[in-house]
Amino acid sequence: MCVATLIAMGVNAMLEVRLYLAQRASAAIMAPLVLIHLGVMIYAIQGGIDAAEILERTRGSLFWGVNYGLFVVAVSVHASIGLRNILREWLAVRGTSLSLISWIFFAGLLTAGLRAVAAVVIA
Amino acid sequence: MSDSPDSTKVPIAVRVWRGTPAGGAFEAFEVPQQSSQTILDVVTWIQRHLDASLSYRFACRVGMCGSCAMMVNGIPRWTCRTHVNKVMRDNRLTIEPLRNLPVIKDLACDMSEFFDKWKDSKGYFQGSTTRHESVSTLSPNSPQRRVADAATECINCAICYASCDVVNWNRDYLGPAALNRAWSLQNDERDSASRERLSLVAGDAGCHQCHSQQGCATYCPNELNPTASIAGLKRMVARAYVRGNIDRDGRKRNA
Repeated sequence: MCVATLIAMGVNAMLEVRLYLAQRASAAIMAPLVLIHLGVMIYAIQGGIDAAEILERTRGSLFWGVNYGLFVVAVSVHASIGLRNILREWLAVRGTSLSLISWIFFAGLLTAGLRAVAAVVIA
Repeated sequence: MSDSPDSTKVPIAVRVWRGTPAGGAFEAFEVPQQSSQTILDVVTWIQRHLDASLSYRFACRVGMCGSCAMMVNGIPRWTCRTHVNKVMRDNRLTIEPLRNLPVIKDLACDMSEFFDKWKDSKGYFQGSTTRHESVSTLSPNSPQRRVADAATECINCAICYASCDVVNWNRDYLGPAALNRAWSLQNDERDSASRERLSLVAGDAGCHQCHSQQGCATYCPNELNPTASIAGLKRMVARAYVRGNIDRDGRKRNA
């Protein structure tokens, strides 16, 4: 995303509405995924669990790839919007700096998260 | 105000903030207790008997005009309707000018920004009919009218504005009173400025900044719920955005 686009987004009055909708939509996506994760974890841990067992379930699994991949995308969107609000309210960061920091945080979370998903899904 | 001090009671130890925009400090006074005494009575007693230079603001003294709000023991209150015996702690009172507004002198605040934000969010009715058309008929029981009515009894006292942490963090935030007013007008079926107003309250100083902490609803002397009004605006703006019914050039306050 080029700097000009970031600046253009910064001055768009509808940005707040889009961020509001994106944060709620990402929360709605995360909620069932967290429940699936917790449910499977509680079920799987009954007889003890180790890394090999987890990898056996996730390696080559389209379901777990999509499940955790979607979760990582939702978390990245949700957390970077939340951080943006904190930066603005607590540290008075504004304008292009605010957008840049938020996008960098988003990109960092997304990269780290997708790498982790790839590591447990791709055989 | 009763002028018959009760000599059997210990005087109230009152700390009053005195100063100007350049700075100030608390000044201590002793005020005799009286029956049915309000905080405004205390301030008035100080001005009449102890220090005539004390500045404060009031008008109606019966909770209608919204002029006399001050911080009392750290909480924003309408002082003419706040009884001393309900809020006094250990015989002490601390009275300060309203939070989140610039001070003019002592207990009198500059309300300009508070009212400017009402204008910025188009907090006034805009009709589309003329005197030649018949008067609108409104059912007081329609769901939309009930929602509008629930938000109309605001007396512009700025207590909600003083209690709002988002105003404290973001000086451009329109605040609970202006947004509550906008919500009331958005639900007035006679009003014709809905689309424009919606884009004004959707900007980066508008309704989406609210954290729903409910300080405004907690301290509103008329028991209004600006938080609920703002939540209504958020939903209304989101729906309008999805349907493309909102102007995308809403005013931006933050540089």
